[in-house]
Amino acid sequence: MTEDWLLYEVFIRSRSGLEHKHVGSVHAADARMAIEHARDTYTRRLEGVSIWVVRSSEIVASDPEEAEALFEPARDKIYRHPTFYAIPEEVKNL
Amino acid sequence: MSAAIAPERPHATAEERFEYTLRLADTSLVAGQRLAEWLGHGPALEEDLALGNIALDLIGQARLLLALAGRIEGRGRDEDALAFWRDAGQFRNVSLAEQPNGDFGQTIVRQCLLDAWQLETYASLAGSLEAELADIAKKAVKECRYHWRYSSGWLVRLGDGTEESHRRVGAAVQDLWRFTDELLTPDALDARMTECGIAPPAAAIRERWERRVAGVLAEAKLPQPARSHYPWHGKRGVHTEALGHLLATLQHLPRTYPGVSW
Repeated sequence: MTEDWLLYEVFIRSRSGLEHKHVGSVHAADARMAIEHARDTYTRRLEGVSIWVVRSSEIVASDPEEAEALFEPARDKIYRHPTFYAIPEEVKNL
Repeated sequence: MSAAIAPERPHATAEERFEYTLRLADTSLVAGQRLAEWLGHGPALEEDLALGNIALDLIGQARLLLALAGRIEGRGRDEDALAFWRDAGQFRNVSLAEQPNGDFGQTIVRQCLLDAWQLETYASLAGSLEAELADIAKKAVKECRYHWRYSSGWLVRLGDGTEESHRRVGAAVQDLWRFTDELLTPDALDARMTECGIAPPAAAIRERWERRVAGVLAEAKLPQPARSHYPWHGKRGVHTEALGHLLATLQHLPRTYPGVSW
């Protein structure tokens, strides 16, 4: 049965205001079933308030072979980190 | 002018309230036990989890309802005593709930017909004058809404699926339809509970159930069977032989080792 099913990636938002996070994947025959399977597999312990599912085949991934070209150049550019600013005492939760 | 005085509602006896509460409790317990039989046998890992989740919802409802029934009865029986130490003839679940799982399609059809009834019944019971029952119903109706979503989605998928899946669920609808009249036709106790403001009016439940089920059967491209009267009254303790086998599994452990805990 499952060999005919599609793989869906599951993203859960744990609380309102937070972003959806990738939690895993499920097999399902269609999108509605994928939401149900995601609900039953990943939100059994009150983990979420919202679910996204997306067909795994629709995800375009970067090529590991290109990792050097993509990510290495950022390594020596520490000035891109906002660590040189003094944060005023009054600013919380930054 | 004196204000019109509403005629006072009759008060149900503890025995009547106990019997009625058992009908709801046992239906959830037996349906939950049936679904639990799928564990490890589901057609996919995800379906195993889904059926297990629904089974746990139903057993959770049964625990609350059996505990309430025990309090109404007032003879010191708790949820375990009622679940494990009654025999088939003392169970009050509707006959549909105890029907064997069969194949996945048969299970889906049974659940769909039952889910629609539980959903409409609990939605109405949220306004019951039996306050504790109303509280349980408010919690249960959210679970039942999901159960219906699950089973009706599958019924459409299978009915409007392949030739074989259509044939199988079609046969299951024909086979199980005879048990639906019991859900929808009130007997004397149901009528009395409605009169006392405890149970919802049966005619309204029938209408909503029929609309809900007719809609999903049409979407699943399955013909709706004619209304059939089948003299099977699980809710009065007259069960099909399927219940005894189910209870043997359910009750074996606590009866073999009374008071055991782990």
